[in-house]
Amino acid sequence: MAVDHVGGPATGAGLPDPVRPDLDTSQTPGLVQLLTPEGERVEHPDWSIDLTDDEYRGLYRDLVLVRRFDAEATALQRQGELGLWASLLGQEAAQVGSGRALGAADYAFPTYREHGVAWCRGVDPLNLLGMFRGVNHGGWDPNSNNFHLYTIVIGSQALHAVGYAMGQQRSGTDGAVVAYFGDGASSQGDVNEAFTFAAVFNAPVVFFCQNNQWAISEPTERQMRVPLYQRAAGFGFPGVRVDGNDVLACLAVTRGALERARRGEGPMLIEAFTYRMGAHTTSDDPTRYRLAAELEAWKLKDPIERLKAYLHKNGLADAEFFADLEAESDELAKRVRHGVRNMPDPDPTLMFEHAYAEPHRLVDEERAEFTAYHASFKDQGQEGGH
Amino acid sequence: MAGISGGKPTQMTMAQAINAGLRRALEDDAKTLIMGEDVGKLGGVFRVTDGLQKDFGEDRVVDTPLAESGIVGTAIGLALAGYRPVVEIQFDGFVYPAYDQIVSQLAKMHARALGHVKMPVVVRIPYGGGIGAVEHHSESPEAYFAHTAGLRVVSPSNPVDAYWMIQQAIKSDDPVVYFEPKRRYWTKAEIDPAAAPDPLHSARVVREGTDCTLVAYGPMVQTCLDAAGAAAADDGRNLEVIDLRSLSPVDFDTIEASVKRTGRLVVVHEAPTFLGMGSEIAARITERCFYHLEAPVLRVGGYHSPYPPSRIEEEYLPDLDRVLDAVDRSLAW
Repeated sequence: MAVDHVGGPATGAGLPDPVRPDLDTSQTPGLVQLLTPEGERVEHPDWSIDLTDDEYRGLYRDLVLVRRFDAEATALQRQGELGLWASLLGQEAAQVGSGRALGAADYAFPTYREHGVAWCRGVDPLNLLGMFRGVNHGGWDPNSNNFHLYTIVIGSQALHAVGYAMGQQRSGTDGAVVAYFGDGASSQGDVNEAFTFAAVFNAPVVFFCQNNQWAISEPTERQMRVPLYQRAAGFGFPGVRVDGNDVLACLAVTRGALERARRGEGPMLIEAFTYRMGAHTTSDDPTRYRLAAELEAWKLKDPIERLKAYLHKNGLADAEFFADLEAESDELAKRVRHGVRNMPDPDPTLMFEHAYAEPHRLVDEERAEFTAYHASFKDQGQEGGH
Repeated sequence: MAGISGGKPTQMTMAQAINAGLRRALEDDAKTLIMGEDVGKLGGVFRVTDGLQKDFGEDRVVDTPLAESGIVGTAIGLALAGYRPVVEIQFDGFVYPAYDQIVSQLAKMHARALGHVKMPVVVRIPYGGGIGAVEHHSESPEAYFAHTAGLRVVSPSNPVDAYWMIQQAIKSDDPVVYFEPKRRYWTKAEIDPAAAPDPLHSARVVREGTDCTLVAYGPMVQTCLDAAGAAAADDGRNLEVIDLRSLSPVDFDTIEASVKRTGRLVVVHEAPTFLGMGSEIAARITERCFYHLEAPVLRVGGYHSPYPPSRIEEEYLPDLDRVLDAVDRSLAW
C-alpha cells in the first residue's frame, strides 16, 4: 500500500484555500438572506420576518444614524479630538439587526466596535467616545441599558457573557445574552472555552460573530480552515451563516436564536457574513494588505443601499422622510461634535478613585502623596510641576 | 464534613476550616457560588469543598469544564449578574491560563466602569511546595497578583485564620486572591465560630521578641516560629515573628512598629526573592525605619530557578536553618 501524501507544508502555505471562495456569498449554501443587495425581499425556508412599514423605516433610520455617528467619530479622530476610532463602516446591518432583536431583559456583551448595538440599546453615543478620547476606559453603567462595557482584549467578553447567562439561569429571569466578537476572536482560547461552558451548562447565550473578513491585516483563512459557523457543530449547538449586510436576516435570526435560548434550548452561533469597509482602526492602513477591488465588490452589497432601494420600490418612504432623516443625522453629528469637544479631562486623582470598591491602604497613601506633591507647587505660586 | 456543629469550638484541620468557612458563606448568602474543577462529588483534590455540593446542589457548587480562563471568565459574568463566586484553581501552577482574565478583566472591571459594577470574586489557590509533588504543583505566584492594582491578596497560615479569612474574602466587594498553604492543610487548631476575627488586611505579631523581627506568611509562618523556638532554646535569642496575612494591602504599620523595637528584619517566603514580597517589604521598611535599622533587611526565599524536582525541593525551600543563618548574618552586621 502506498501512502500518497503524509502531512502537508508546515506553514499551511500552498494548501488549498477552503474559505476564501465563500467571499462570494451567493455561492454559500444555507446563507440566510431576506433582502437581496438589489433590495428584493426573498423568503428563506427556516427564517422569516414580518415587519410593519414603520419598522422598516425604523431600521433604515437606525442604519443611517449609526453610520453618520461613525463617520463623525472618524472625522473627530482626524481632527485630533479622539486618540483612536474603530469604525463600524459596513457592519451597520449586522449590528442594528442583532441589536434590535434584543429585548429589555436581554444583555449584550460587546467588543470595542459595537457602536450600532449600543445605539439600539439606547446608550448615549457620547458615552462611547470617552475611551477613544482618553478621558476614561468606558465608564458607563452597564446595567442602565443592559449593555456591558467595551472589551478590548479580543474574546474575553465571550466568557463574561456566558457567566452572565449562567446567572440568568440561576435567577430565573426571562432574559438571554448576546456575546459579540469577530472572526479573529474565534481563534482565541477564551471564545472556545465560552463555547464549551455555554454548551455544557446549556446557557441562554447567542454567540454573534461578525465575520468582517479581516482581523486587522489577516484574512479569515489565517484563522480557520472551515466556514466559521460550522465550528458550532463541534461544540454541540447549532451554527448558522446569515448575510451580515442584510438587516432583516440579522434581525430574524438573532430573534429566533434569543427565543430559543429563553426557551432553555441553549446556545447558538450566528456568523454574520459582512465586510469591514474601513480600516481596522484609524491607525490602520488597509491598502498594505488588501485589494481595492475587494472593497469595490462589497460596496455593491452595502447594507443601507439595499434597504433604501426596498423602501423606494415599495413606496414606504417619501422625499420628506429622507430629508427629515438627513436633518436628524446632521443634528446627531452636531451634538456628538459639540459633546466631544467639550468633554473635559478628568481630575488626575480619578486614577485612584475606583481602583478598589473598598478602601485600600496603599492607594490611600499614594493618593495623599500625589495630592501633597501637587499642592507643593501651588504653595510656590506655580500651577504644576516643572 | 458537616461544618461546626452547634456553633461550639471544634478541632479542625486547615482544609476542614476552609470548608466550614465556605459552608457558612453558602448558608449566609444565597448568591455565594463555588466553582472549579472537581469541587463537586470529589470535594476538590484536597477535599476543601467536601460535601458542599451534596448539601447546596449542583447549581451552587459547580463542577466546571477543565479550563481555568473559562472558570474565572464565567465567574466575572456571574458577578456582573449579582453573584459572589468563589473559584478554585486546582494548583498554583495552573493559574496562568486564567492570568489574563484575572489581571486584565477581574482586577480592572471596577475601575473601567468608574465604580458602576463590583467584582466580588474570590480566587482560591493552593500554593507552595514541600509535598513532594511533580512540576507545576509547588509554586508560589503571589507576587504576580500582589503587583496588580484592583486585586486583594491574602494568605492564612493556620486553621483559625483560614476559617475567618475565607468568609471575609467572600464578603469583600473587591476580587480577592486567597492563597492556601497546601502543606499546612493538615495542621489542626480549635475553631470558635463565636469569636471575633481580626480585620482581613491586618498583620499579626504571633511571637514577641526583641532581637530581630521575622516576617512571613502562609506556609513559612510555622517555619519561622520553629526557628524562633530553636533560637531561644539553643542561643537564648529572642526573635519576634509577624504573620503578614495580607499581601495586598500590606500592613506596614505593624512591621514598622516591630522593627523600631528590634532594629533588624528578615523576610521569609517560598517564592523567589528577586522582586518578591520581601523586596517590597525591604524597600518600604528601609524608608520608614532607616535610622532604627542595625542591619540591612535580609530576605530568605526560593532561588531564581524553575521550581526544582521534589527530591531536591528541601534545598530550595527556606527551612529553620536558612532562617537562622539569615538571623545570624543580621545580628553579626
